[in-house]
This record gives sequence, structure tokens and C-alpha cells, in this order.
Amino acid sequence: MSEQKYPIKVTVNGRKIEREVSARMLLSDFIRQELQLTGTHVGCEHGVCGACTVILDGRTTRSCLTFAIQVDGAEISTVESLGTVNNLHPLQSAFWEKHGLQCGFCTPGMLLTAKELLARNPDPTREEVAEAISGNLCRCTGYQTIIDSIMAAAETLRNAAEVQA
Amino acid sequence: MNAKYTPDVTIPPSTQREGVRSEPRWIGKSMKRVEDPRLLTGKGKYIDDIVLPNMAHAALLRSPYAHARIKSIDTSRAKALPGVIAVVTGREMAEKTGPTASFSSPPVVQHAMAVDKVRHVGETVAAVVAEDRYIAEDALELIDVEFEELPIVTDPMLQAQARGDAVLHPERGESNVAMDRTFTFGPVDDDFARAEVIVRRKLRWNRSEAQPIETNGAIADYDEGTGKLTVYCNTSMYNYVGWLCSASLGIPATHLNLVPVIAGGSFGSKLFLHKIIVLTASLSRIAGRPVKFIEDRLDHMTTADVHGCDRVYDAELALKRDGTMLALRYTVVDDYGAYLQYGYGTHGNTFAQIVGPYRINSVQARVVAVLSNKAQQGAYRGFGSEVSNFVIERLTDAAARELGLDVVEIRRRNFIRPEEFPYLIPTGNLYDSGNYEKVLAEALRMFDMEGWRAKQAAARQQGRHIGIGLVTCQERSTFSATEFWSLNPPDQAGFTLTSSPEAVSMRIDPTGKVFVKLNSPFWGNSPETMATQIVAEALTVEPSDISISYADTDSGFNGTGPGGSRYTVMLAGAVVTAVKTLRGKLFKLAGHMMECAEGDLELRNGKIGVKGVPAMEKSVAEVAIASHYFRLSFPNTPEFASGLETTAVYDHPLTTMPAADRSHLGIYYPIMGHMAHATAVEVDSATGKVSILDYVAVHDCGTVVNPMTLDGHVRGGTAQGIGTALYEHYRYDESGQLLTASLADYHMPTAHEMPADIRIGHVETPSPFTEFGIKGGGEGGRMATPAVLAQAVEDALSPFDVRIDEVPLTPIRLRELVRSAGKT
Repeated sequence: MSEQKYPIKVTVNGRKIEREVSARMLLSDFIRQELQLTGTHVGCEHGVCGACTVILDGRTTRSCLTFAIQVDGAEISTVESLGTVNNLHPLQSAFWEKHGLQCGFCTPGMLLTAKELLARNPDPTREEVAEAISGNLCRCTGYQTIIDSIMAAAETLRNAAEVQA
Repeated sequence: MNAKYTPDVTIPPSTQREGVRSEPRWIGKSMKRVEDPRLLTGKGKYIDDIVLPNMAHAALLRSPYAHARIKSIDTSRAKALPGVIAVVTGREMAEKTGPTASFSSPPVVQHAMAVDKVRHVGETVAAVVAEDRYIAEDALELIDVEFEELPIVTDPMLQAQARGDAVLHPERGESNVAMDRTFTFGPVDDDFARAEVIVRRKLRWNRSEAQPIETNGAIADYDEGTGKLTVYCNTSMYNYVGWLCSASLGIPATHLNLVPVIAGGSFGSKLFLHKIIVLTASLSRIAGRPVKFIEDRLDHMTTADVHGCDRVYDAELALKRDGTMLALRYTVVDDYGAYLQYGYGTHGNTFAQIVGPYRINSVQARVVAVLSNKAQQGAYRGFGSEVSNFVIERLTDAAARELGLDVVEIRRRNFIRPEEFPYLIPTGNLYDSGNYEKVLAEALRMFDMEGWRAKQAAARQQGRHIGIGLVTCQERSTFSATEFWSLNPPDQAGFTLTSSPEAVSMRIDPTGKVFVKLNSPFWGNSPETMATQIVAEALTVEPSDISISYADTDSGFNGTGPGGSRYTVMLAGAVVTAVKTLRGKLFKLAGHMMECAEGDLELRNGKIGVKGVPAMEKSVAEVAIASHYFRLSFPNTPEFASGLETTAVYDHPLTTMPAADRSHLGIYYPIMGHMAHATAVEVDSATGKVSILDYVAVHDCGTVVNPMTLDGHVRGGTAQGIGTALYEHYRYDESGQLLTASLADYHMPTAHEMPADIRIGHVETPSPFTEFGIKGGGEGGRMATPAVLAQAVEDALSPFDVRIDEVPLTPIRLRELVRSAGKT
């Protein structure tokens, strides 16, 4: 195909990556199709549902509203950066414990949104958690157990930080 | 006092084998879900995560018109675009691929792509298959279609008058009324004649949708060598009616393998997905490559065939002056949209619990099903009964108002009493068991009614509008197949199927691990967790020794799939059968190994032991390895054949046939759950905003298998009910354009719209008909939430004397009501 491609360099989940992309390739497609990191989900492709949320240079971003070429030089974290099945991140453990997911489709976006919140505010109120996740749609849970999960994870992370300190 | 009317239905004896366990080890535990670790780490493998070698991508050209003839389609410019593999019109596809399956009778013909006419905005006109989705969408813009616009009727009440070119399916008759039938169940005229009060309401339930965050998708792979199609899809009923897709494709069922993948939410919307399966399969066959199609959100909203009920009711409830309910009579017009894939099943569903939890003696319903230039209806959590719950509860509230009775008291007076179960309702359906007073008492214990009344009075002094609601609703569970056709005209009843089984295959390997294969998919519920808990309970093994997988149509059989809150009940039935078979063989083998009689053996903690002799036992693993590898240690008779495996089918536990004249519909949805929801809301009369201040939901789903996941269904269903009640609306304009076709316009609840705490209570009235006494509970809060919010909002706005007759109660609608009350 004749579509012009442009080189980009990004760091994804700590791994340095160099690729050529077309100018119109969405970041969500780049992550899912080029890098095979399919934990980032696409729900609406118009920036409302938040399932495609990734962390871009420390801030959550809708990868479906971002072109891959825009993130040249950036650092990106996806859900795959958190934990593994045998070594879950405290947020993932808390979501498991508190039933913070049913179908799991919105979950990666929720986890990363929560991660950003707790990095900024390690001891949030329930209202602050609700505010933080209010841009992410979940159709299964009614959000309550997601908030429970994030509150529980915050406590775990605070306790871990205290032990370290 | 007239005698209670009882339909002429014989209640079959219970086939229950496992009663309620006195000391269950796994049933009743909030076990963490088996499904979760892979979902939490982004390893779920949803449909769009699957990539096949040499896979191409499809995009669909959608009709911009609600009703038009397709005069011509020129695909030459699109075909010339580099990277395009195939461009296919509906007419071209129809050369080899027939209409999609329809459960309506006489059928409404639908093709996966429109052939000569489009009947709603978004209907597929042509498809492009290309190297990637970007190119495929580029090519859509190069397809030239000439449409000839046809007249459009959008008002459901005017479809009977549609004539000529305004008729969507002229071969079915000369109007857009698909069915207009009156069903009479019991002495409704007599009951109305003896009524002292009749309340009447015109009620409107607008269309909304399940709107899962994952859209529908499929990947079809045509193998030229074998002529076989393999289709991966986030579908559900593939082991029940999947073969109908091969019929559409004109191939034998041996040549289509449907492979389930986990679904990112369904709530009914992924029930079958036959259109998308047939479409991708057909495209793969034409393109000679694997083809992936994933709906984008606009595809989903306009043409996934998943819109919910769209009903206009004119309903009357006859009562005595003391509040005793006598009879219900209504006309309902339901706008099904352009096609009729599931027939009138949503009204069959409604009839399963049309009297609610109340002793209403007779029912008459005129059901007018109309077709229109809108997307067709599919299934959405409740499948029609969530609407009738709203109607019954609104009428009950109206009666309370008319008679000056308390909304709680009028309900309590009319409850079917615990000693009356099993209870046949006028339509012929059975309520297996229940204790509605107990559920109500628990709700009133949890919800501070007096406290809220005091707060309401204090708030009124300040000009604030707090409202209180309490409703009591049914949640029928475990559907049987007769609801799909029992409302069809008896002389054209169609395919009158009566089976809706569920199956598992189960195998114990040489190491004693238990492999369970389900014949139904994961669609956001917890099938692996349910199967694990029930197998662990029945076989006394540890959950970590159980592995769950999903059968495709090549290897699967007799699974109807989740839906209608049936899966846990049906799965438990299949598991009990399978465990019984395996236990029999384990006992036979262990009896021989320990030289004792089979009858002396019992299962205990994963071991087969001699009753009363703790030291005499063999683990399942010891017996399993003997069974697999040491054939010569056992007698040379067939019952000792190597291996430990079984397949088990559980049929619906309680179905009877409808009466030939449809004076009753038989028993078809008898495992009856119940719920009481109570809420306090505040309505801002200046903006129309509704805030939920408190919410209590008490459910009775019989024996609870996993309280944590059941609570999840209750809360999630309540969230969807809040959306239906307050925000969500697929709004069409007069030209049939869908005005709310993005998630920015179709408003689902976010974390902000939810109450801070949905407080849940449980009462457990076991079913005498199901294994362990389990009832279904998957449809959760959505069965009651719209009704309770309507009551609470009406209560909040009582100073304005408004009536709430329609959902959703958007701010604009509430403002209109307040404004028309003349008090701004």
C-alpha cells in the first residue's frame, strides 16, 4: 500500500520500541495490533467509555482519541504493566477480592485510572474515587464494588509504603 | 366472594435429586471468581483479541435512510482501491446466502445485508473486505448507492393505518401490524363486573439497550480444502440453534463450527448474533480469507438488532374498595422495529409473571405487535417482564392513591401467601415457591421508612422534594422454550419446540483432576465459578482440582446457554447428573479395590470411603489412575471400561404445554424469584435532576450459590435500571433517524449517577423443583428499579400533583411535568 509511514520511538511498559506507523493509525490500534498488547480494549472509539485508557507520560489518556504518531518519544503503560496472573498488582488483587469486575472489558481502563489516582492521592475518599472513575463506563457492576476495590488497594499500598519507610 | 380461578394445568411432580444441603461446603460461599485473574491482567482473549493468519477486515456500509428502495449499487470505485479484497452487496451475498433465522411465525424475512430495500437507518447495504479496517472504511466512501426513498411511519399507534409503500413487509399483509391478538386468562369480565374501583393508566416504556462495553464481533475462516467454516464469535446460543446459521449459509451443519469466545458483557444482547455469524461466514467464503468484523459503536447502536422493549400500555386494574386486586386488563402496543427475530417472546415472558406477587384472579391482554422503520428489538435483561413489572407496580401505586391506602399496605394485602405455593397464576405459569412477606419485612428492616418520611417532611418545609418508593416484584427464572412460540397464531404456531436443556461433559483424568466442559459461553456472568462451586460441592473435591472449558459446536451438544436467568439452575442440574454417573463408577472401582460393597461407600473430601470406617478410603486420584491404566486389576466386564468420563443433559425441570386454544400457556417459567426495592430520592424541581439518596434491594433467589456474584447481578441490574428509568432512550425522529446514536448522546449511568451504597439483603426460599433449591437471579435489579424510581419521583413531586407514566424520567421530561403543573 502506498500509505506513507513515519518512524516513532516509544517506551511501552518499560520496553523501548521503534516502529513505522501511518499518520492516521490510532494509538489503541498501535498498541493492540502492532504490539499485540490486547489488554487495552476498545469500547466506543469516540472517547466516552474509557475502556481504552492507557497511561501516557504519567497521565491517563484515551488511546482511541490519540494517534500513534503523537506519542513519539513518550512513555506508555498499559494494563500489562501491572501484574501477572501469578503475581497480581495490589489493585488487581483488590478487584479480585472485592468483585470489582464481571465481564472484565472495562477493567483495564479502570485499573489504570485507579493507578493514576492513587499515585496522585494515596488516601482518597470514596467520593474522590467516584470522581476519578466517572469518565470510565462499566455496564456490569454499578461501580460500587469498583470503588470498594480501589479503596482496599489504596489501603494495601499505603501499608506497604509504611513498611518500606 | 367468587372462587379463585385456577387454570386447567396439572403440576408435574418434582424431579429434584439434591435438596438443600444442611452443611454445604462450597454452595453459599463468596468464592473469588475463577474467571478473574486472566481478565485482570489483560489476557481475556475477547473476540477482537483473536488474530488468524492472513486475516482480512470487514466494514459495513450503513443505510442513511430509514426506508428506501435500493435502485442500484456501483462498487467499482471501491473495488479499485488498493488493499481492497472484496466488495459485496446484499444482492450479491444473497446469491449463495439465504435469510437469517427468524423465530416469528409467519416469519419476517431478514437478510444479513439488505437485498432490495432498507427498512431502518443503519441497515447494512454493502460490505468491504480489505487488508485492514482503515482501508475497508475508506472503501465504503467509494460505494455509490442510488436510493429511492419510501414513506416512513414512526408512531407505533399509526402502524395499523400504514398502507402501500409504507408497509415494511407487504408479503405479511397490508399494514405494519405483525400481530393483534387478545389473550383471556380467567373470568376477567366477571371480575371487572364485581369491582368496586377500577384504576386506569396509560404508560409508556421507551426503548433502551443493554449496551455492553464490548460490541459484537466475529471472525470467520473458510477452509477451501475441507469446505468447512469456522466462526469465532462472542455469541451465546450456539449449541442450541447455531445450526440455523448453516441453514442460512446453505451448507450442512457439519460444515460450520461455531467457537465461543468470552464476551465483554451481554445482558441479553449477545443472545444469538446469527446475523453477524452469517455475514462474516459469507464474506470469508467470498473473499477466500479469514474475515474479522467487529461492530463499531455506531454499527452496534443502529444495526446490532438489540434494542429493548418499546411499549405503549393502556392498562386497568380492578379492585375492591379494601384494596383487594381482582383483575388486570390491558392493551399493549409494542414497536418491534423493522424485523422480528425472536417473535413475540417478550410478551410470552411478560405473561410468566403478569400478576406480579399478587393474587390477581384474571388477566386479559390485547397484544398489538407492530413493525416500524427502526432497529429491531433483541433481548435486554428482563426480556419484557421488566416492563410489565413497571406496569403492575404503577397500577398498584395508582390504586393506593385512589383508595387512600399506604403503598406498602396495598401490596402486603394482595401477596400470594407462603402456604399457597406452588401457585398457578391465571396464564397457566407456576410460581414454585416464595415468601413475599418475609422479603418485604427484611426490606422494611433495612430501609428506614419512618426516618425518611420525617426527612421528607422537613425537606418540604425548605422547599426541597424528597420522595420515597417501595415496590415488590417478581423475577421469573429458568425459561423454557414454549415462550418463544406460544403467542403465535395457533394455526401458524411455527416450530413449536419444547426443549431448552443444558449440558456438561465431565472427565476425571489419571491424576484425579476434574475437567468440566460447558456448552454455553462466558458473557460476563460467572459460569466457571458456578460450575466450580457446584462440582466441588457435589463431588467433594477442591476447587483447585477443577478445570473448566467451553465446547464449540463440533464437540458440544444440548446447551441452550445463559439467558432468562437460567444458567446456574440448569448447570446445577447437569452437574448433579454427571456427578451421579461418575460417582457410580468411582464406587464400582473403589468397591472392587477395597473389596467392599458399593452401597457401603460414600464421597468425603475428595475420597471414596467406607461409611463409618475412617481408615478405609481411596482418593479420587488413586481410583482414577487405576481406572485409566490398570485395566487388568478389574473384572473383564464392560462397566469397568477404562476411563472416567460422562456427558450429562439436564432438561428443563418443569414445562407443560400451552392449551390448544391458549386459554392458558402452560408452565414455562416457574422458578420464581422475588424482590423488594426501597429508595429515597430527591428531585430538583428547578432542573429536573433526580438524586438517589438511599437504595435497598432485598432479593429471594432461593438457595444462593455465591452471595458475592449474586450481589453483583443485583447491583449491576439496578444500575441498568437506573439508566432505563432516568436517562437512556433510543430516540428516533419522524424521518426515522436515530438521534441518540453515540455514547455521548445515549446516557448510561456513570459512577456519579449511582447511589453511594446499594444495600442488599437476601431471603432464601428454596425451589422444591431445582437441584439444591437454586433459583436464577441474573436479571437482578433491573426488574424493579424503574418501578421504584417512578414511584419515588412521583412521591417527591406530589406537591405538583404530577403522574409519572413514562420512562426515562429525563430532566427535560420532569421539568415539563413540573411546568405543566403551573408551579414552575
